[in-house]
Amino acid sequence: MTTTLSMFLLILGCAFVTWVPRVTPFILVRNIQLPNIVLRWLQFIPVCILSALVFQALLREEGKFVTFDIESTIAFIPTLLVAIWTKSLSITVVVGVLTVAVLRNFF
Amino acid sequence: MATEVKEVNQSFSDDSFLQGAKDCVPTLLGYISIGLAFGVVGVTSKLSILEIFLLSALVYAGSAQFIFAGLYLAGAPMYIMVITTFIVNLRFFLMSLTVAPHLTRYSALRNVGFGSLLTDETFGVAITKIGREQYLGGRWMDGLNLTAYFTWIAACVVGGLVGNWIPNAEAFGLDYALVAMFIALLVLNLANVNKRKLMHYLKLIGCVFGSLYILSYFMPSHLAVLLSTIIVATIGVLTEK
Repeated sequence: MTTTLSMFLLILGCAFVTWVPRVTPFILVRNIQLPNIVLRWLQFIPVCILSALVFQALLREEGKFVTFDIESTIAFIPTLLVAIWTKSLSITVVVGVLTVAVLRNFF
Repeated sequence: MATEVKEVNQSFSDDSFLQGAKDCVPTLLGYISIGLAFGVVGVTSKLSILEIFLLSALVYAGSAQFIFAGLYLAGAPMYIMVITTFIVNLRFFLMSLTVAPHLTRYSALRNVGFGSLLTDETFGVAITKIGREQYLGGRWMDGLNLTAYFTWIAACVVGGLVGNWIPNAEAFGLDYALVAMFIALLVLNLANVNKRKLMHYLKLIGCVFGSLYILSYFMPSHLAVLLSTIIVATIGVLTEK
């Protein structure tokens, strides 16, 4: 249950550089009205960033090439179908986890 | 401000802390499994329980914490660790910028609170609510954020305590909880888009894949995520009808 001063300062430094991008926009938009074009641009952020995070999980580096991670990509299909079918966060998470568990233990 | 919140409550029955906490529940499996995994990784990377606690409470960002542990074990210089953390977490700027315009009616201090506890997951749940109801309440946001925050810290610390004798979590596929959640949040967000625009969005998702794939050859994946989001959102505005 210990730490050193330098480790504590390092953690504080990392906390600070994480906190600044999180909080700055909340202060920014209170003080300036964002131009219409920026608001239109922001409408596209959710779908773009979520799909980028999904694809990032499906890809992996293999030597010099970027390829699909077979396991994640196979599990992607039932997970996506269940998400579309049920529109439920919990059910989708459970199905995704179970699919990967089955893939890892039986194949 | 108290009256402001009260008025808001009359027209929107679900701006309650409890409802926010309830809406957080589907994401908790992800927080718990990844938090436990981080605790285990932290201990095996020679971090103390106190350091695991400080990282999860102060940095509060899953992927950055894993990278921190990895760099620490590899003996990376401090400035490299801080710069890497900054780059990995820069996506929060975009997420905050997307959520923040819906909460400007609250005080600066509360906005600092909303921003400090924003994560990939709470961002996803919050924008899904915005897409569905065009409205975001402060108490609901606090309920969502604090439930996620305390669950995360508890999971990380417990993971550190049980340390080495935890069974191999990967065999249970728990690491996929996060990916499955992103998939569900993506689908839920698309479900809120009207039919006329859906085709446009699907094409943009194709663009995201293309740019992410190409950019992954030239930069670390977290940077590729950030850059392809910026590029494709811009394409989205330019091709919007």
